[in-house]
Amino acid sequence: PHVGPVESKNEAAMSELVPEARQKPVVPMKPMGINASLLGYIGIDTIIEQMRKKTMKTGFDFNIMVVGQSGLGKSTLVNTLFKSQVSRKSSGWNREEKIPKTVEIKAIGHVIEEGGVKMKLTVIDTPGFGDQINNENCWEPIEKYINEQYEKFLKEEVNIARKKRIPDTRVHCCLYFISPTGHSLRPLDLEFMKHLSKVVNIIPVIAKADTMTLEEKTEFKQRVRKELEVNGIEFYPQKEFDEDLEDKTENDKIRQESMPFAVVGSDKEYQVNGKRVLGRKTPWGIIEVENLTHCEFALLRDFVIRTHLQDLKEVTHNIHYETYRAKRLNDNGGLPPMTVETEENHESNL
Amino acid sequence: YIQSVFSCQFSDSAGYVGFANLPNQVHRKSVKKGFEFTLMVVGESGLGKSTLINSLFLTDLYPERYIPGAAEKIERTVQIEASTVEIEERGVKLRLTVVDTPGYGDAINSQDCFKTIIQYIDNQFERYLHDESGLNRRHIIDNRVHCCFYFISPFGHGLKPLDVEFMKALHGKVNIVPVIAKADTLTLKERERLKRRVLDEISEHGIRIYQLPDADSDEDEEFKEQTRASIPFAVIGSNQLIEVKGKKIRGRLYPWGVVEVENPEHNDFLKLRTMLVTHMQDLQEVTQDLHYENFRSERLKRTGK
Repeated sequence: PHVGPVESKNEAAMSELVPEARQKPVVPMKPMGINASLLGYIGIDTIIEQMRKKTMKTGFDFNIMVVGQSGLGKSTLVNTLFKSQVSRKSSGWNREEKIPKTVEIKAIGHVIEEGGVKMKLTVIDTPGFGDQINNENCWEPIEKYINEQYEKFLKEEVNIARKKRIPDTRVHCCLYFISPTGHSLRPLDLEFMKHLSKVVNIIPVIAKADTMTLEEKTEFKQRVRKELEVNGIEFYPQKEFDEDLEDKTENDKIRQESMPFAVVGSDKEYQVNGKRVLGRKTPWGIIEVENLTHCEFALLRDFVIRTHLQDLKEVTHNIHYETYRAKRLNDNGGLPPMTVETEENHESNL
Repeated sequence: YIQSVFSCQFSDSAGYVGFANLPNQVHRKSVKKGFEFTLMVVGESGLGKSTLINSLFLTDLYPERYIPGAAEKIERTVQIEASTVEIEERGVKLRLTVVDTPGYGDAINSQDCFKTIIQYIDNQFERYLHDESGLNRRHIIDNRVHCCFYFISPFGHGLKPLDVEFMKALHGKVNIVPVIAKADTLTLKERERLKRRVLDEISEHGIRIYQLPDADSDEDEEFKEQTRASIPFAVIGSNQLIEVKGKKIRGRLYPWGVVEVENPEHNDFLKLRTMLVTHMQDLQEVTQDLHYENFRSERLKRTGK
């Protein structure tokens, strides 16, 4: 194979000579007339537009899990992230409800739409985590849930008559809430992240960051980063999955300076300088959630949603899921798990 | 699931979350990765297949072409020759593989000539199935045939028996796009007549050629209809540049005039090229969701997995 099209010995590669001025739509609005630019333009770059249209049409799934002790503002933060009432807090949950005796897994789904793009968002809450007197192994139900989603996907994938689009319930992102003690991580934090960073993308966040001054915040973050490093915990974005130099530079900055994001969440609006902002009102001032001088919520939001959403899904699919799958295949002697073609499967493919 | 539709404007307004940016994230990754596409060309020798491919992609895929004489062709069986070229346009990289099938229809007895082709297509499916079921799936290469241009001779009265047999054997394995070659040997009337004959015969024999998907709301409905109505595309290819009205264009110089490849009034070349490049994604999708899945379920049923 040689790079670039070659006309003949005398002509230079024509594609490169073309000065393209006008934007070419996916399907030309009018039949193309003859003009000089057509001599050199094929149109393969329209495949990007074709893919974009496909993404817009099919919409996409995103599954985010929140883990942390009760009262750290998990539900509020998720609502703030997606500017919608999508968490457990908003679907009939009662604040005075008793803390469950064991860790429960509660998944709530919503379809939200923005700019023509449809997202089927599932928020997975884990009430009861870290709230007991004895919290030994309280991460196990969570790990089990995550693996169960991988198993579900695997079973569908090896089916003989499989669905065109396999429903994706796998956890793409796990926000782990660190209590803003200002001292260090707690043993439970370390244990959880050690175990779970191997099966899911973990993004640690410092909750209720409005209880720390700027200096306290900076120091705490440094200490947490150090502790994570010393304990070999690879949070997302993991160093080993940086695809190229561009990714590495971008992610290094995030890993070494921004994370863990110190956040504040709120679903209440206040008027500040003539604008409606989400915030928390105190006698000494209004904490503006999306104000970068107040807290890092906007950084977290941009990171998870605006820049790394697709990557979170890809790392889940290409790394974590594949690791699970490889282990299952190996355990099974290299064979995929047996599936029985059930009535349900059969009908859904007719 | 609770339906909560939450539309926002495109600005950092109070309600804007930002996941509308997702298609851009996908786009960025795709551009980095680049695309692969495999196009197969099938047709008798001398129908202008290679010239057409070169014209389509502005490249010279067959620089040292050796054309065997008739005596050599007697013994020849169908070969499969795959050439890969990397084309870059506006930052988008396409790894295009053209699979040629020299020898098709050449032999005196062409009874088995498409067996080799079927085997090739199946082999690519088999390989993909194997890779997909394996342990290391990070870098699966997709060599499956996404589209097959089938060249129909303009010299006959419609489809030949071989054409019918081939298409019937392959319409369940690959997207078939029928193409009338060397269209400059026909007048416009003859062309229309031939197209109609071919379409009638295709329908008569229950042959399933590639169907263009319906136009999206923002696409030109009329243009799509016009494209559909032109199938099978009657095309001309050329490797030569001729000067017409001060411009250099691809064409064929005859004593009675110049046939311009990219002139929509002369032939359907542009329609074919537009159709191909604007449907690359769909062609891949149909290959994956229909042809490959059919192959896979047949295979798995057979081996009793």
